[in-house]
Amino acid sequence: MSLRLCFLLSLFWAAQINAAPDRYGVLHEERSLYTRILVHQNKNLLCLKFTLVRSDSNQSCKDLAQPKRMVFTYAQMSMAALLFNPSPKSILIVGLGGGTLPMALRELAPAAVIDTVEIDPAVVRVATDYFGYRTDDQNRVFTEDARVFGKRAKIRGQRYDLIVLDAFNGDYIPEHLMTVEYLREMRDLLTADGTLVANTFSSSNLYHHESNSYRQVFGDFINYRRKDTGNRVILIPQAQRSSEMRTTYTREQLLARAETLEAGLRPFDVSIIRIAKEVALADGARPDWNLRKRPLSDQYSPANLLRKL
Amino acid sequence: MIAVIYLLAFSGGFVIMSLELLGGRILAPYFGSGIYVWGSIITIFMLSLSIGYLLGGRLSVHNPSSSRFAAIFAVAALLLLPLTVYAPALMEFVFLRVEDPRYGSLVTSIVLFGLPTVILGMISPYSVRLLVDNVAESGRVAGALYFVSTLGSAIGTLMTSFYFVLWFEVNTIITLLISCLVLLALLAFTADRFLEK
Repeated sequence: MSLRLCFLLSLFWAAQINAAPDRYGVLHEERSLYTRILVHQNKNLLCLKFTLVRSDSNQSCKDLAQPKRMVFTYAQMSMAALLFNPSPKSILIVGLGGGTLPMALRELAPAAVIDTVEIDPAVVRVATDYFGYRTDDQNRVFTEDARVFGKRAKIRGQRYDLIVLDAFNGDYIPEHLMTVEYLREMRDLLTADGTLVANTFSSSNLYHHESNSYRQVFGDFINYRRKDTGNRVILIPQAQRSSEMRTTYTREQLLARAETLEAGLRPFDVSIIRIAKEVALADGARPDWNLRKRPLSDQYSPANLLRKL
Repeated sequence: MIAVIYLLAFSGGFVIMSLELLGGRILAPYFGSGIYVWGSIITIFMLSLSIGYLLGGRLSVHNPSSSRFAAIFAVAALLLLPLTVYAPALMEFVFLRVEDPRYGSLVTSIVLFGLPTVILGMISPYSVRLLVDNVAESGRVAGALYFVSTLGSAIGTLMTSFYFVLWFEVNTIITLLISCLVLLALLAFTADRFLEK
């Protein structure tokens, strides 16, 4: 009995050693085909990083004490999409990261089929092993390039009520996933009243080029920014329609919607009432970027060079 | 004339690598930017260059002249022209028929870049033939030529990835490369006429 106990204890101990972070907090490190992946733990915060050098390289974080809490402000901000489509039946997420968004949406919209596109098989593996990401019949992952997936999905006649663009590499969004042609391909995958949400940064020269690319394809959009984050969330309800043909929501309508969503979003630490107020303010606001900067296209997309100018 | 041949070899190297880099950009909308896309492009460029070296060497045996050398540049320019016009239609065609983006990008690379790169590959061995006067010097000449053309490749890579993509659209860069090849063909041709006189 004591021998068996010793054996079990030693196994447990060995498992603990394997799971413990090293002195830099790194739990796991691997070089995938596309990037360097690190799983980093600092106290209760487990984060997925694509490099160690840059401070803003966190792709996804999970609070081990409160696993559902959406750690990143941008993830919380993207829940604004539910104000316009509270119960999407089909969702496309481009970029898996630690799986925060598909896992949250799986709970928030239990009837929805969620397709996530992730180019890097190592990211899918790490999201599964460390962040609790699970796939099932309604929650699928496609390990391929988003341009290829988008074109094939269109041919298959697939349509989504909600599309979330959240593809990042260690640097920024891959250049071919920022062009007007790509945005048109994504627009064509939406249902008639479908919403498109995109997570981007607002901190470089690229902000102007990127904003004008969205403007060229979708016309006006809700430019949702917050002072406490460098992320900017682009929100386009009824993105298939021209901006003049879209239904406009009053502040009161958005707040009423938010109240119905509040209880469901509370475990995720998302204050949807605050988000509704902010979105109402952002809706209809004048563009705060340089409208003369050139949109990005498949012909002209030096996005990551522009970012450093 | 020697300087002209070196300039032409340099430019050949420049165009080849500039084109190869743009290949990644051209293919990305249909086949993504995965490692396999670069694998396809590099494979086809290497394969085409190897065939080009072989053919260029053979061509140089019979009546080598600057006029024939000029023709290599002119033909390469001509073969690059469809790239600016038909590339999207061709990629669409392949995309609809080949499900796997690895083979899709490989087939597209063959059709878009195969022939022009074979022709561009003929430049180096032909240059050696035009420059070599005697066997004793052949190694030195070949070495200098590899140096010049590979330097051209390095600078072509740098200029395209650092600056051209920032300044111009992909099709504009290809048009510039084509114009450059046409000018070089004219230069080789006139240099030949001038020397004959």
